[in-house]
Amino acid sequence: MEALLSLAVKAIFVENMALAFFLGMCTFLAVSKKISTAIGLGISVTLVQAITVPANNLILTYLLAPGALAWAGFPDVDLTFLGLISYIGVIAAIVQILEMVLDKYFPPLYNALGIFLPLITVNCAILGGSLFMVERDYSFSEASVYGVSSGLGWALAITAMAGVREKLKYSDIPDGLQGLGITFISAGLMAMAFMSFSGVKL
Amino acid sequence: MGLRNFFDRIEPNFVKGGKYERYFPIYEMVESFLFTPKTVTTAAPHARSYVDMKRIMTYVVIATVPCILFGMYNVGLQTNMAIAEFGASGWRAWIIETLGIGFNANNALANVLHGALYFLPIYIVTLAAGGFWEVLFATIRRHEVNEGFLVTSMLYTLILPASTPLWQVALGISFGVVIGKEVFGGTGKNFLNPALVGRAFLYFAYPAYMSGDTIWTPVDGYSGATALAVTASEGVSQLATYGITWMDAFVGTIQGSFGETSTIACLIGLAFLLTTRIANYRMVLGCLLGMIAFSSLLNWIGSDTNPAFATPWYWHLVIGGYAFGLVFMVTEPVSGSHTNAGRWIYGALIGFMVVMIRVINPAFPEGMMLAILFGNVFAPLIDYFVVQANIRRRARRNA
Repeated sequence: MEALLSLAVKAIFVENMALAFFLGMCTFLAVSKKISTAIGLGISVTLVQAITVPANNLILTYLLAPGALAWAGFPDVDLTFLGLISYIGVIAAIVQILEMVLDKYFPPLYNALGIFLPLITVNCAILGGSLFMVERDYSFSEASVYGVSSGLGWALAITAMAGVREKLKYSDIPDGLQGLGITFISAGLMAMAFMSFSGVKL
Repeated sequence: MGLRNFFDRIEPNFVKGGKYERYFPIYEMVESFLFTPKTVTTAAPHARSYVDMKRIMTYVVIATVPCILFGMYNVGLQTNMAIAEFGASGWRAWIIETLGIGFNANNALANVLHGALYFLPIYIVTLAAGGFWEVLFATIRRHEVNEGFLVTSMLYTLILPASTPLWQVALGISFGVVIGKEVFGGTGKNFLNPALVGRAFLYFAYPAYMSGDTIWTPVDGYSGATALAVTASEGVSQLATYGITWMDAFVGTIQGSFGETSTIACLIGLAFLLTTRIANYRMVLGCLLGMIAFSSLLNWIGSDTNPAFATPWYWHLVIGGYAFGLVFMVTEPVSGSHTNAGRWIYGALIGFMVVMIRVINPAFPEGMMLAILFGNVFAPLIDYFVVQANIRRRARRNA
């Protein structure tokens, strides 16, 4: 239990997907104009991450890992080379389902997220979460905790970013830097503030 | 009134249509530095107040005076004590010998003068390098150069170690002013404290010059751990073996950056800022409460492996940059939260973060700088939630 808790804290703050690994930057920079939208996107990413990482963990353990197919009578088969494509497939399917659910039950959020919802499929933070899970040999429970908390960390970062950008509406930014330019600079400065966690050992 | 007449005579050259129209910001800077600005708001709404930006910024600079004086004294004191052991060298020693002042650590005046020889070069370089960028941006972007830069440069100087090479000083303030402030449009438009941005830039870019035991006293061969480094590695109970008592740390005769060692000097500044209502007491109290609550919690939890857990709150208050950051940076109105409820949360977040970084994060012994930057990042978000809560509460009340 303690190990899972420290894994969660680590995934949210120390190894923040957006501000320590710079994953999922395209959506991070593009959908952080308004806090309410950013919160919505953060929740969807957390949701997708919370489902895909454990799902991919199950696929890895029972289908792809060396000897995983022993239950089907193929103890010598190693399908790990199919890993990347299977993870992407799972992510795409889950995002598709999420999109339909949002369209049906939360139309305002669906409209606000627009194109960026399907784009979660190719959000590198999502695939990154699954790949970190493989690389670090997480068990199923660890993968579930990691999925939720890495998504939460990303959501926290994008919400803070949206807050900063709403404040920057009142700034007087040079023409050449308006839009993405100043957002990149802000993201870098935020990452510097997030350095306060780097090195924390849990 | 000769000076006023002089300004009135040359002003037509600088206003729109004049010969030196491009350089109006420079004229305006010098003029408004010496005189109260003449321009007044023409369109409604009007709020009459004598506390304009010029006065706020000037008051903050005045509030740093105790820190400056004590900082110079302390740097001189530490250096003179180290010189007694390791000998003096360099141009500063030459100046002091030429003037016949000597290196007596018991002579307060000699200490202040020696400290000034470290403080002034850094401050002058900060003003020159930072001022260059400030004026450049103001001239090209046609906005005003205001006293905010004086505050930034003074705070930046006060949080540097005395041994910082001057080229790094210039680099840090350039980063702080340009990336921390000017790209957002100048004073009041930034979301991070520019002085801290510059300092953090130096800290991460040149860690060897910005941390460790040898940098605080600029004498070759001398090594003196800061109180924070000792509490982080050996625990607060070991401070006595280094000859540091709580009173030393409170008065400020310990190792550290220029302005941060003396808690009493910072508190004098705080009293001034609170009386003039430049600083908001909510941020200060919030930051104190957050720090006291979390450090007490860690005291209570305890740890066998990490001696820093045992540091009580009254030690956290006096060691490192906590007091200085609390007085001059947490209270900074631009980068902090703007709502009253938000100010409490903002302060508490910083108080919590500073203890977290000092105690739990082994990578950094000092946490105030990063904790304030972290608070700055979340300040707008805190405001947002406070405002949303207010809207919901009013909607319920009037439903």
